[in-house]
Amino acid sequence: MATVTMDMNVDTISRAHRSGQTALSRLACLLIQPLLSRVVRRIADRHPSLFARLGPHQSTDFLIDPVELPFALHLRPDPKALVLRAVPRAAAPQAGAIIRGRFMLLLELIDSQVDGDAAFFSRHLEVSGDAEAVVRLRNALDDVDGSVAEETAEMFGPPGRSVLTALRRAYPNQSQGHSVR
Amino acid sequence: MNTAELICPAGTPAALRTAVDAGADAVYCGFQDATNARNFPGLNFTPEELRESVAYAHAKGAKVLLTLNTYPPAGKVDLWRQAADTGARLGIDAFIVADMGVADYVARSHRGIRLHLSVQAAASSPEAIRYYCEHFGVKRVVLPRILTIPEIREVRKEVPCEIETFIFGNHGLMVEGRCSLTNYLTGQSTNMDGVCSPASDVEYTRHDDGSISSQLAGFTIDCFGPDEKAGYPTICKGRYTAPHRSEGYYAFEEPVSLNLSRLLPELIDAGVNAFKIEGRQRSKSYVREVVSAFRHAVDDIRAGRSANVADLVALTEGQKQTQGAFETKKWR
Repeated sequence: MATVTMDMNVDTISRAHRSGQTALSRLACLLIQPLLSRVVRRIADRHPSLFARLGPHQSTDFLIDPVELPFALHLRPDPKALVLRAVPRAAAPQAGAIIRGRFMLLLELIDSQVDGDAAFFSRHLEVSGDAEAVVRLRNALDDVDGSVAEETAEMFGPPGRSVLTALRRAYPNQSQGHSVR
Repeated sequence: MNTAELICPAGTPAALRTAVDAGADAVYCGFQDATNARNFPGLNFTPEELRESVAYAHAKGAKVLLTLNTYPPAGKVDLWRQAADTGARLGIDAFIVADMGVADYVARSHRGIRLHLSVQAAASSPEAIRYYCEHFGVKRVVLPRILTIPEIREVRKEVPCEIETFIFGNHGLMVEGRCSLTNYLTGQSTNMDGVCSPASDVEYTRHDDGSISSQLAGFTIDCFGPDEKAGYPTICKGRYTAPHRSEGYYAFEEPVSLNLSRLLPELIDAGVNAFKIEGRQRSKSYVREVVSAFRHAVDDIRAGRSANVADLVALTEGQKQTQGAFETKKWR
């Protein structure tokens, strides 16, 4: 499994361009892609109702940017041609909407463990591009019962649960919306 | 002692279940159209979702209040009438209305269902409230957020209906039900289309220095410095420059949320029958946290204990809170 370094002191939004970043990014994307494909298909199968709330934005390209990870995620939530792929930022597609924040914050937003408006007020979350697309995606995910993160972890059994537990330990204050800057 | 009900927001069925499970006495929600003042993309209920939600709430002893709190454009009342008929058929417990025509239709067509007067009706005087009670049988009025607690006490003595007040959430009061700022910039109406600052007209731009500007329909509303907290992209909370104020200032209101957690005992003593939490556009996380906090507080007060409400400032707009006009008319 790929090891991804998470710098807890990194600024929420800005990031330095380091040499070798592109190579690391491509490698990380390569390793994580099979996982993403499986996860997104599983979520779509288990929660088909979320697509209705997306309305016309099922075909919008979202760029979800976990700022401390070496790649971003390209999501096109089209139930007929679902896309979730890891992309090096330098090779990211033209996105209709961009959602940017720290990885665990984004994960907790998906799970409704934190409030998106509060994360925006605190400046831990940034959005740009089509704001309506972002609002629709947020509302669609918020109507999902249960935890997408835990469902994903369950797919991989005990190792999956261990990774999720480790991630939550690495971000002890995230769910309170504090101390991530 | 008067036992105030806790009236909680739900923008989705999942949020409704969350509110009920967190201790809501009643949940208010709306359909996916212009009949309610949170007609936001991806939000609200289909009739089938409302049917299931009413069943869930009733099974747990909670009520469901249907918001029909926008104003039909002249001659276009069918959508509101159909929504009222659907709500009645699905077993909702009360309608929340603002428009007199909608109130009249509900009063005539659905006599067995309670009628609540929305804050959007801006009825703040005993005379206005009595008018709605006498002509449409209104059982409860949601007061505009412009009255002090002594004023609420006086109003309560002079009206024949229950009183509901907001206790937490968005504090964009302006002249409630009369604000045309969004309409002026976007062509869409908060009061008739149910959209305040429609997301399709909102744009955020990040600048090189880390500041972020928010725009509505191409007009810059605010620019938040790198370390400043942010607010909603609403015109009433914007920060503007003017010939006499070149540094930028809040011309109308500030990004701030209402929080009356410290005033709950006084409000109950003044005769308030129900406490309303704003935020149908917010997440399940917000609903869970805020409803739980106020459930505990209200229960403590009912039991004669002092209420100790959790710190909710992290959920407030601009991460600032106020007691607004409830504390003093001089708050702005």
